[in-house]
Amino acid sequence: MSNEILEGEYFLSGDAAAAEGAVAAGCKVFAGYPITPSSEVAEKLARRLPQVGGVFIQMEDELGSIAAILGASWGGKKSMTATSGPGFSLMMENYGLGMMTETPTVIVNVQRGGPSTGLPTLLGQGEFMQAKFGSHGVFEAIALAPESPQECFDFTIKAFNLAEKYRQPVVVLMDESTGHLFEKVRIPPEDEIEIINRKKPKEVPYPPFMPDDDLIPPMPIVGEGHQIHATGLTHDEYGRPTITAEAQEKYVKRLVEKIRKHADEIMDYEEVMTDDADVIVVAYGITARSARRAIIQAREKGIKAGLIRLKVVWPFPDKILQKYADKKFVVAEVNQGQALIMVERAIRKSATFVGKMGGEPHRPEEILKGIEEAYNANS
Amino acid sequence: MARIEMQIGGFGGQGVILAGLVIARALSLYDGREAVFTQAYGPEARGGASASGIVVDDERVDYPYPLHPEILVLMSQEAMTTYLPNMRKGGILIIEENLVHLDGEPDVSELHKIPATKIAEELGNKIVTNIVMVGFIAKVVGDRIGLKKESIKKSVLEMVPAKVRELNEKAFEMGYNYEEA
Repeated sequence: MSNEILEGEYFLSGDAAAAEGAVAAGCKVFAGYPITPSSEVAEKLARRLPQVGGVFIQMEDELGSIAAILGASWGGKKSMTATSGPGFSLMMENYGLGMMTETPTVIVNVQRGGPSTGLPTLLGQGEFMQAKFGSHGVFEAIALAPESPQECFDFTIKAFNLAEKYRQPVVVLMDESTGHLFEKVRIPPEDEIEIINRKKPKEVPYPPFMPDDDLIPPMPIVGEGHQIHATGLTHDEYGRPTITAEAQEKYVKRLVEKIRKHADEIMDYEEVMTDDADVIVVAYGITARSARRAIIQAREKGIKAGLIRLKVVWPFPDKILQKYADKKFVVAEVNQGQALIMVERAIRKSATFVGKMGGEPHRPEEILKGIEEAYNANS
Repeated sequence: MARIEMQIGGFGGQGVILAGLVIARALSLYDGREAVFTQAYGPEARGGASASGIVVDDERVDYPYPLHPEILVLMSQEAMTTYLPNMRKGGILIIEENLVHLDGEPDVSELHKIPATKIAEELGNKIVTNIVMVGFIAKVVGDRIGLKKESIKKSVLEMVPAKVRELNEKAFEMGYNYEEA
């Protein structure tokens, strides 16, 4: 098929860039239920996927959407859905099924204001914790938070790579502002894009949940001669339900450990002017762009401020924050304190919080005020 | 050129979103500038207040929204009420003269007026009002934001449907060559 990757420079919205990232990553199945502010992802893929031999399915709802992409993945195709808060909530049960069945897939959540249907067309960052704790039970999430259309493209590819590598669902935690703003996006030539594909078993048949030494099992594909049973029940290496404390200890512990063991490889962050900083701002997504300006404004006022921008929000980068634990911290996000909990836990002290209810991003001055407050507080 | 903020306000259906998009796209893809385009609109398909935001810089744009635009384009009375108070003092104001009636003298360094809707109607279709305005904007502030005529024209022609390309080209030229009274 031609035009798999549209190499070149484009002026794209974050949503459109995420869709192109999916195509570049080799996504061949999109199943979704359009919802603002993520609808442009679906719109673009409805046009693009048929051009590259892929399938676009508009599902009856979000429950069906995530079930379809899990199934497509077992059929050997890279798959994705895109949604926003209300749909993300509906997907939570089968998000857990994806974890329990170790199914690589990508969920793009373009966050809007909530709870409930909240602000359909306006910004929120309320699903930071939901990406990690929204589905019941025990698992380690992987979630990425782009701040620009370029990163929506890059991080969607990265999300597919991480999903394939670690054999589990990965969330691209976008937000309405990043999804709807337009900026230049460079789509590199195909040979410059790193693509990771899932490990395939060397033997047929191969037990679907038999891990290698890295704790990640190769993934047998339906129709290639394997005997596959994937269930949400706790199971053994063959996928047979095994409802015992011992099996739970063995299986779920491995699910957690396969991510924890590789957390350093997965974590990704950017440090801006942290070298000499007295105050460190922690932010992600669109809020990081407000913070970039705020730390410059702070420096103009004589306060040495820096930014740690979370590119991967889960696993949470405790270590990097602990490196600066003697500094003063400010956390800015469009919710009432979610990353804040993780930051304070990492640095083992209070941080100054600059939250918003949603609807619009922080004005740089709002974060500046937080920086000044942190700087002037007695430590 | 440091950071420059620009805003185009009007009502839904006038094409202010496309107007902003073609300008930002030209700056970004063809004029080597860093540019971000954002939009603000109500839930209505037509008739509600609507605005395009463009932030241009030499370096990568950090905060992507206009805070106090130094270039403001107004295409409706409601847009004036909403966006004029937020404009940077001493900036450049461009208005659709038949749709915007200023109360008193605004605190601006330059005030430019164009009957963009009337010009579009004379061309045969009111739908190109926005592109008449884009031509006029390119003429008035092009040099100051690093926007070249050929770039913006290319951007416009690439972004409109093929069957109305000629009409849009005419509309652009009418706006670009408009002589203010």
